[in-house]
Amino acid sequence: MQHEASIREPLILGDRSYHEITTDIARPIESKANKYWYLVFTISVCAFIWGFSCLAYTIGTGIGQWGANKTVGWAWDITNFVWWIGIGHAGTLISAVLLLFRQKWRMAINRSAEAMTIFAVLCAAVFVTCHTGRPWLDYWLFPHANQFGSLWLNFNSPLTWDVFAVSTYLTISLVFWYLGLIPDFGAIRDRFKVQGKPLQAKIYKVLSFGWSGRARDWSRFEEVSLVLAGLSTPLVFSVHSIVSMDFATSIVPGWHTTIFPPYFVAGAVFSGFAMVSTLLLIMRKVLSLEHYVTIQHMEMMSIIITLTGSMVGVAYLSELFISWYSGVEYEGYAFLNRATGPYWWSYWGMMTCNVISPQLFWFKKVRTSLLAMFVLSIVVNIGMWFERFVIIVTSLHRDYLPSSWTMYHPTWVEIGIFIGTIGMFFTFFLLFARAFPVIALSELKTILKSSGEVPKRLRAEKEAAENTKH
Amino acid sequence: MANDKKYWKGIAQLSNEKEFVENHAAEFAEYIPVEEFIGNKGAMETSSTNRRDFLKFLGFSTVAATLASCETPVMKVIPYVNRPDDVTPGVANWYASTYFDGFDYASVLVKTREGRPIKLEGNPLSKVTMGATNARVQASILSLYDSNRVKGPTMKVGAAWSKKSWDEVDGLIAPKLAQSKGIAILSSTIISPSTKAAIAEFSAKYKNVRHVTYDSISYSGMIKANLSSFGKASIPTYRFDMADVIVSLGADFLSNWLSPMEHARQYSSTRKLGKDKKAMSKHFQFESMLSLTGSNADERFPIKPSQIGQIALGILNGVGGAGSASSILPKEIAKVANALKNAKGKALVVCGSNDAAIQLVVNEINKSIGAIGTTIDLNNSDFTHQGDDAAVKKLVEDMGSSIDTVIFYNTNPIYTAPKVFAFEAAMKKLSLTISFAGMLDETAALCEFVCPDHHYLEAWNDYNPRSSHFSLQQPAIRPLFSTRHAQESLLSWSLNKVDFHSYIQKYWQEKLFTTQAVDFTSFWNSTLRDGVITIAPSVIPIAKGPVSNVNVVSTITDDGISFSGGTLSFDEAKKQIASIKGGKYELSVYTKTSIGNGTQSQNPWLQEMPDPITKITWDNYITMHPMDVKEMKLFGLDETEDIIVRFDQMEDKLDVVSITANGYTTKLPVWFQPGQARGTIGIAVGYGRKGFNPVIDQTGQNIYPAVGMTASGTMSYDVFDVTISDSGDEQHLIASTQSHSTIMGRNEDILRETTLASYVKDERAGNPRAEMHTYKGEQDVEKVNLWNDFDRPNHKWALAIDLNSCIGCGACIVSCNAENNVPVVGKDEVHRSREMHWIRIDRYYSSNVVKEEAESKGELGKIEMYRKMENPSFDNPKVVFQPVMCQHCNHAPCETVCPVIATTHSSEGLNQMSYNRCVGTRYCANNCPYKVRRFNWFNYTEYHRFEDTNLNPAHDLLGRMVLNPDVTVRSRGVMEKCSMCVQRIQGGKLEAKKEGKRPEDRVIKMACEQSCPTNAITFGDLNDIKSAVSELEKDGRKFEMLEEIGVRPSVFYLTKVWNREDENAHV
Repeated sequence: MQHEASIREPLILGDRSYHEITTDIARPIESKANKYWYLVFTISVCAFIWGFSCLAYTIGTGIGQWGANKTVGWAWDITNFVWWIGIGHAGTLISAVLLLFRQKWRMAINRSAEAMTIFAVLCAAVFVTCHTGRPWLDYWLFPHANQFGSLWLNFNSPLTWDVFAVSTYLTISLVFWYLGLIPDFGAIRDRFKVQGKPLQAKIYKVLSFGWSGRARDWSRFEEVSLVLAGLSTPLVFSVHSIVSMDFATSIVPGWHTTIFPPYFVAGAVFSGFAMVSTLLLIMRKVLSLEHYVTIQHMEMMSIIITLTGSMVGVAYLSELFISWYSGVEYEGYAFLNRATGPYWWSYWGMMTCNVISPQLFWFKKVRTSLLAMFVLSIVVNIGMWFERFVIIVTSLHRDYLPSSWTMYHPTWVEIGIFIGTIGMFFTFFLLFARAFPVIALSELKTILKSSGEVPKRLRAEKEAAENTKH
Repeated sequence: MANDKKYWKGIAQLSNEKEFVENHAAEFAEYIPVEEFIGNKGAMETSSTNRRDFLKFLGFSTVAATLASCETPVMKVIPYVNRPDDVTPGVANWYASTYFDGFDYASVLVKTREGRPIKLEGNPLSKVTMGATNARVQASILSLYDSNRVKGPTMKVGAAWSKKSWDEVDGLIAPKLAQSKGIAILSSTIISPSTKAAIAEFSAKYKNVRHVTYDSISYSGMIKANLSSFGKASIPTYRFDMADVIVSLGADFLSNWLSPMEHARQYSSTRKLGKDKKAMSKHFQFESMLSLTGSNADERFPIKPSQIGQIALGILNGVGGAGSASSILPKEIAKVANALKNAKGKALVVCGSNDAAIQLVVNEINKSIGAIGTTIDLNNSDFTHQGDDAAVKKLVEDMGSSIDTVIFYNTNPIYTAPKVFAFEAAMKKLSLTISFAGMLDETAALCEFVCPDHHYLEAWNDYNPRSSHFSLQQPAIRPLFSTRHAQESLLSWSLNKVDFHSYIQKYWQEKLFTTQAVDFTSFWNSTLRDGVITIAPSVIPIAKGPVSNVNVVSTITDDGISFSGGTLSFDEAKKQIASIKGGKYELSVYTKTSIGNGTQSQNPWLQEMPDPITKITWDNYITMHPMDVKEMKLFGLDETEDIIVRFDQMEDKLDVVSITANGYTTKLPVWFQPGQARGTIGIAVGYGRKGFNPVIDQTGQNIYPAVGMTASGTMSYDVFDVTISDSGDEQHLIASTQSHSTIMGRNEDILRETTLASYVKDERAGNPRAEMHTYKGEQDVEKVNLWNDFDRPNHKWALAIDLNSCIGCGACIVSCNAENNVPVVGKDEVHRSREMHWIRIDRYYSSNVVKEEAESKGELGKIEMYRKMENPSFDNPKVVFQPVMCQHCNHAPCETVCPVIATTHSSEGLNQMSYNRCVGTRYCANNCPYKVRRFNWFNYTEYHRFEDTNLNPAHDLLGRMVLNPDVTVRSRGVMEKCSMCVQRIQGGKLEAKKEGKRPEDRVIKMACEQSCPTNAITFGDLNDIKSAVSELEKDGRKFEMLEEIGVRPSVFYLTKVWNREDENAHV
């Protein structure tokens, strides 16, 4: 067993036994949901349905239902796509990168972070597949075998790379997430069996792929987890780098920037952690998981938010500096226009939410206050939405020829679709919270002895006693 | 004998081939061995087809047969039973014809495909229009396929229309005419000799007939002045091409005045520059509102309409005539007068006023500067505008008394007549009213009978636009509806049942053929083929038409034109000018380049064509100087604030004001117009049509009723005293295609300008090579390249655009719409910046802030500088036009980003779109630095939003007939853009290939190029070193737009050269 220094804060609070961990985490699955769950779920489903009606309307009639125009070809569609993809970043980072770095605190949050990733990437996929003029032909974007003669993909196009990056990311994340769920499904199956609920037991039996819990299963499980972690780690960096290349390789002033790949990755982790914070803050309260998702967890995430937020801030400032230093007329104007043009509010919204607000986490009081964390995590995600809006719309609406400068206004249809994806996200997440073990319980049990509050205290007392003996 | 005949089944039988002999008998097998097969038990048992397989086969065949019988879309291709001799499917036929609507005259070639007219082009043989067209002429083809046309003769019974046959209406009308006390034919200008003969025949048949010419935009004042000055009641031909100095007093001669296409072509010939021509004309313009002509002027002086007379007198004084010194703009007038004096014999002054007094003074100026006989050809009269205001006034007075019947022919006085005429009240006194309107209009709606005339593309006619110039109009399609030549109607009421075609032929044979050497058939056929003919004026003047023969004192000129306006003495003219008093706000009623006098206001192509100056579509509005707007505290502007006109923020809603002029009140939105003279406003006619077409009804307000009368008895389009009042919170949405008006200091990259003096010194003046910083130091951008250059082994197509020739008229836009099936999307979509035009004309106003100035203030590159730059110079901005279409970049940024290779490059230098392959990511549009790509946001041909309007030609089955079958109609969700008329290139290449040679230079022409009245666009092959475009490429004025981003466009521009001292001066 790993030995953890006593100076480290315990990761599992209270006196929890292995069994209690299982019952705590299985409780939402076994019990009935309360009325608040139903209320939130109803709202989410309504939003989901409404959004998809808007989407159906768009697909039925044309994306002219949105506000984009001859100058601003991409607007809310790609803004929302990049925003959701960014949010989806935290999951893999937590599960893969932190796994490789042996950050044990990730164990309480990785499951829900990964679920969030999957759902966010699905939301992003809605935009990226439906923003095209003829979405029924989207399969042309994949390198499938076809009979179109020599027509295939344009490997020069960053959009092609984007398709590969996002689809690979979704696949790996999904597999990784599901793999982690298998032993936990096994545990739940066994509980249902004992409780005499054969139907549920059967469902979870299928879901657990017949997990037996033998040493060989565990050994293979560990090996595959490590391999997948290794595979997904570069993905964390590649997905958003490639998304950023949609912009960086173009010639649009404000897009054509070499700083974009790292800046986008930092921004993505930033928004992803904010979204994880938002969800966990609610979840730990609603599902009474305070023992496992502690203030310390939240603090850790706040620190990462501050770090990535500052990176993003530095990127903003370097962009500004370079636009002035390069002496390029168009670049210079693009940035002046962002800050002072007709969309100034989005720029200053972005600056305030992304650069200034996370700096509040320097204060211990702020980063340990649940309310402050909740508010700031939402503020950060609003800021990150503004960032994508600023990059996409304010760069396009005034580019080279002033004759083509114009304004972009969203329509109720595209606002509806955005709300719909939020509804979809929460619908999936709420279902996840009721049907899946929201914390990786098998993993969590591995640190109970090393990082649990009571074992730690006992060990510390023992060590103190031994010290006095000598 | 009969039995000897033998029919062979083929050569095989004749030659008795072995094979034939063997198979001959078995050709139709009579015996099918079914029994044998089923009866053969052994074979059945050994067969691998068992019962189950049999049932499977049976089932499959049944299902397959059922499925096959399901309905599949039926595409009807109806073959010709007897193919007409001259129609080859897929090959266009061209017919020479003529467009004349009482406002514009153009000799045209009509392109027909499978019997449908689909495109108009200028007829280069015409000595009047010389192959030029304008937007209105280009668009006129669409009105042929307008489903709102009157489909047959109708009669009003009570309030309802009842359809009649032609015989029925003839039977009803003829007796009524016979009982009539007095008949008037009220028409717009008629320049058709045969029509005049038909009218004469009609006049002879009935008693008391008078023919009155009423032009909604009248030139009566000019005719009156000419009668006084030259003893000739006609308008002369102007020769702008002979003038070194051109002075225009409010005449918008490049887009509306008299014969704009002709003038534009002449004018541009004086503005062309090149290796051998380093001189150009100097153009001064005095005007109140910024017109297309004014925006092209080298020096422009904003004035109030009431000042034109005094300025004319001032100039007359300056050139040594009997004028009087002017207190307005004395320095400028002296400068203009000096320029005129110095260019004696090569100078021209034109004036747009319809006030005879002012025109008389202008005539005196032209006499003093030796223009008569040089730049003004009095011997070659322009017959296209013969409106006789005094006769119209007299007719209105007589209506109800001596006149009880009026026949309206191509005129719509209920809509166009000034309020002072009280035309509607007078019309109610009539007992019989007949209209020939092909499209129901305000006047026809009040008439008892509507006897619709053909559309001009279905009709025969002849025209005599100039003393020596004749042209023919021939039908390019059979009449689509039960319409009839108006002339035939008149003739049949004169009991002469004749078809108008033979009538014209007979007329020509009798009157015009006399001196021709060949036989008449050859003469007629060659004239019909060419569409135009020049016949010496001494031979036959325009038909001596019917003349008002009652109570009207008319002058009948040698040309046979009647004019009843009388004459005016110079002293009286001076007195009248002196009596003109200006008001606080003065109104100029003008005609727009797109809509003209309003006869074509139902045409969606014209409605959607942006106004060259304001770039507004689908509306008319009040143009006002921004400071006047501020003074009126509109748009919430505070007097103390510094006015900053944020065009992109006011693009949505404009404040509506109420305006009263000559007793007529209407409400219109106010548009900030830089260059508008302080204290003046401008409103365009042609809008505010009511009740006939749901789309057009919503566009603008009618301003014709505000037209007044001058002291000399002609219609006055300038109203010197109008009142404007804010109408509260009311606002109006307008749709403009260009919301940003200045170039933001990017002159060097986007368009280059210089002055004539600098150009003469250095060909490359104002056009430095773009350079780039590299590690090797500054390098010519052409040498800095990330990409490999591609071979252009066969052709390298390119397009040259001479900014010095382009006047911004927009003929190319409409021509491109027609050629390339560009959808019309309507006001709402234009307002969302989604117009689909493949070619646009960018218009930039100069700003008061230039970079050099900003640098001296230390504001260079700062936000203050840009903020100030967004405002155009209010008082008198310099205006430049730049046509922009796909630049066909050789290193196209759109091509690299398309994930599915839907946009590619041809080996001939064209950037191509494969619509079938396009998924619609719009990435290409984002990455296009020129923003020329257009996206099909909807299915414009089927989506119901575009349905209940006659917006899009491709929506309506009839309108669809105008589509060019050589060009795909794009579906929704795909990107489109200028293809450099690839169908024309391909057609030209095939033609050349048939002849076994390379395409000749200047044979393949782009649609935009062909329609351009100023020859500003040149297409050609850069691989052909002798081609015109290669010559232009070597010109020192050549530059590429945004050269430094290295996309290597195939379209290049030539520097704009101003004939003024300081290029940046806003004069």
